[in-house]
Amino acid sequence: MSAARLDMSVYAALIVAGLVAPVLFPNYASQIAVMWLMIMMAVTWDMTGGQMGYNSLGNVIFFGLGMYAAAIVQIGLVFDVAEYTAAFGAIVVEFTDAQYYTGLALGIVAGGVVAAIFALVVGPFMLGLRGPYFAIGTLGLAVAVAELVSGWGYVGGGGGISMPVYPGAAGEGTMVWYALLGVLALAAHLTARWLYSTQFGLAINAIRDDEDKAEAMGIHTTRYKVLTWAVAAFFMGMGGAVFGNMSGFIEPLEVAFPTTTFGIFMVAMALVGGKGTLWGPVLGAILFHVVKEWTWTYLLGWQWVALGAIIIVNIVYFQQGILGWAQDRWPEAFGLTVDRGTGGTQVEAAE
Amino acid sequence: MSAHGSRIQIEVKGVSKSYGGVVANKDISLQVPEGRITGLIGPNGSGKTTLFNSIVGYHPIDEGSITFENREISRMRVPDIARLGMLRTFQQTRIYKKMNCMQNMVISVSHRGGGFGGIFRPARDPETEERAEQLLEFVGLYTKRRLISGDLSFGQQKLLEFAMALMNRPKVLLLDEPTAGINPTLINGLIDRLKRANQELGVTLFVIEHNMRVIMNLAEQISCLAHGQLLATGTPEEIQNDQRVIDAYLGAH
Repeated sequence: MSAARLDMSVYAALIVAGLVAPVLFPNYASQIAVMWLMIMMAVTWDMTGGQMGYNSLGNVIFFGLGMYAAAIVQIGLVFDVAEYTAAFGAIVVEFTDAQYYTGLALGIVAGGVVAAIFALVVGPFMLGLRGPYFAIGTLGLAVAVAELVSGWGYVGGGGGISMPVYPGAAGEGTMVWYALLGVLALAAHLTARWLYSTQFGLAINAIRDDEDKAEAMGIHTTRYKVLTWAVAAFFMGMGGAVFGNMSGFIEPLEVAFPTTTFGIFMVAMALVGGKGTLWGPVLGAILFHVVKEWTWTYLLGWQWVALGAIIIVNIVYFQQGILGWAQDRWPEAFGLTVDRGTGGTQVEAAE
Repeated sequence: MSAHGSRIQIEVKGVSKSYGGVVANKDISLQVPEGRITGLIGPNGSGKTTLFNSIVGYHPIDEGSITFENREISRMRVPDIARLGMLRTFQQTRIYKKMNCMQNMVISVSHRGGGFGGIFRPARDPETEERAEQLLEFVGLYTKRRLISGDLSFGQQKLLEFAMALMNRPKVLLLDEPTAGINPTLINGLIDRLKRANQELGVTLFVIEHNMRVIMNLAEQISCLAHGQLLATGTPEEIQNDQRVIDAYLGAH
């Protein structure tokens, strides 16, 4: 089977699973919706982390900014935001269906756009840092942004915002968030797959392998780096917008900028699955999420230990991840060609 | 106009560069004529690579001026200079090791001009691939074109790096020890390829080389550095017979 056909089969299987799962397991629809979100996070993290060699620990910034941008747009369309947040949920705004859906659509778009613009603005500075400095720098930026939002009265500061309530029947909302997150995950992966098939993909791979060489060859490295981060930010922002609505209540530290949960999870998921591979982050996200939910249910109190153990084993003994390992083991299956030592390589190089 | 009657492409005038207290280059002036092969020799630590780094914009110079086709480039950054058509290869060979040879070649196309939309072109376009295959054939790596470049031998990686540079259609190529680490039996083939790149593709070459047989055979004009200063410039015969150069290599300095 060719790589393209294999990809199509996996997409088809995921779409079918995505459609069937909430019907078969309606009680788990929210958890599976979060799994789609995790897939989107791992895939977009891998755009810079795996494909470009820039390990960000701060991609939750985009998630939180998207969430807040959506909240401001959704509430601001019909009510004064400062007055609404100042009341800490005491004011209940009645949205008509039309107002709600318009606000939601605009909010999701705004979430993506605001996050992407933020990436375009800070990208040239942050992406000037390399290796561990970039990782620490982005982590610091995430913490700083979360603190700034906590202190910003207009959006309710640390007190948070109650999101507009979904107008439909109880349980229907879950399906809407489920569908939106599923589509977002699919769109993020399709975008990544397309990007990696272009000159753009080669350029960011070149930056990963040797950025100084890429510069010496005249590649516009800053342009590529910032744009890649902005693409990731766009999806993360939309994901944040949807997740904020799904949560119903947003606040800076736990929901919008969760550096110690989602911020670490997305890195761990990409690493478990195999960073720098097309499907590794997807596989990693699914496995990680299943283990996480399972330990939360059956090993309560030990769940963090279990996740920590996975991360440690992964980083110490198994850095290439599942698909990275499989790619080393069966390169041909990944479309790679390996020299099987036909002999006389030096002579061949001579002529 | 140089002695050969061709236009001066790179002109280095009074360039100095220090790292802290160490003077790596002191008041160096030399010229690289267009379409020729110029050599740069000198004992280890004499400042050859520092001069290369200054020319391609790796670090700011302390004093002096460097022009490329009459344009001052001493304050420009590496990628901008590369896009003018001046490329360098590295002493420690640098390629994109996790990508295969063809991908290494395709991404090495010239990034001069080219609108923003160009970056979303498919990675595989027949015209580019054909040229990449021709150049890989030229350096003898055609059969290796689908292999991950990091798996190639050191010598092959060096040849790949040279092919990548040619893929960029440079006007000038600065080569830092192109034969270092290459099997002696392959060196003659490499000299031949360097000459052909110069004659057939019209690329000006500026070459740092330790192998005297290679550089005397290759270059039409050679400059010799010692202790960061320019010792002499001349034809291979003049350089070979220059007492200061001989002393520098035998350690009289």
